[in-house]
Amino acid sequence: MTEPIDEGLRSELQRQGIWVTSMQELYNWGRKNSIWPLQFGLACCAIEMIATAASRYDIARFGGEVFRPSPRQADLMIVAGTVTKKMAPQIVRLYNQMPDPKYVIAMGACAISGGPFKQGYNVLKGIDRYIPVDVYIPGCPPRPEALLHAFMELQRKIDEQNLSGAAKAQFLKREQPSEFPVPAFGEHDLKPAANPKLFHPPQIERG
Amino acid sequence: MAPHPYLFIVIFIGVAIIFPVMPLGLAWLWRHFFQPPKPGPAKNATYECGIESIGEAQIQFHSQYYLYAIIFLIFDVEAIFLVPFAVAFTGLPIGAFVAILIFLLLLIEGLVWAWGKGCLDWAK
Repeated sequence: MTEPIDEGLRSELQRQGIWVTSMQELYNWGRKNSIWPLQFGLACCAIEMIATAASRYDIARFGGEVFRPSPRQADLMIVAGTVTKKMAPQIVRLYNQMPDPKYVIAMGACAISGGPFKQGYNVLKGIDRYIPVDVYIPGCPPRPEALLHAFMELQRKIDEQNLSGAAKAQFLKREQPSEFPVPAFGEHDLKPAANPKLFHPPQIERG
Repeated sequence: MAPHPYLFIVIFIGVAIIFPVMPLGLAWLWRHFFQPPKPGPAKNATYECGIESIGEAQIQFHSQYYLYAIIFLIFDVEAIFLVPFAVAFTGLPIGAFVAILIFLLLLIEGLVWAWGKGCLDWAK
């Protein structure tokens, strides 16, 4: 990786009609403007997701309109709705089957934490217990604008990922796993209840 | 001098080879220099619906099923004959009524015969 071009020189060249770019920028530009989500809705948030994809909100403006029915062709998993414990292994398995680079948006209170059903015996308290989540959207359900905002945040995140060097993106590292263990159905709960390597909830300090 | 008449075929073949090989080569280079492949058991699985497949795909269906199929076919055709009979029932002369009754009796006899023969039992 050579030294990045001086910003002043670049803007000067741009004013003269010469565009200078790097492979990393080109790569990220291409990726962030063509995010194919997995066609996958779980609950009421999926209705908002459908509205986002339809003409009024039109996620196609951001390059995310190609909802794929197969995880093999998807870049983004929008976990839209309540994740029951019965459904969680299937979600993790679908995530595992997506090719790298892959991203996850946890849409709505349920996907983040269980939401209004948090006390329910059969509701998973957040999908980030099993798969790494890139963007969280609060709301019950979040409006399509919120999903669009999350999408733009994800694009920003993709844009900042490095292609090489020590700080390169996780999915480019050989040792970084692409698959995460699928939880099994236990007697009372999923086993394990969370992936300890992945799930680091903030510790509440009461003083 | 005019070009050889088959020159365009040579060009066509050249483009046809370069066009698919170039992206494949670029993908290979990309994999080699930047993004290491990460295959895994779930990624390489055949099915992609999120549920693990159970059992074998090579299931055998017994050929005994054909007896059911034939009997079903016969009685299905019978139903087609019965519909016009039912529609024209009130205006039928006695001869036609008797004829259709004989037809029905023949079919019922066939059913009794098939039943007695054990065709309606699932052959093991």
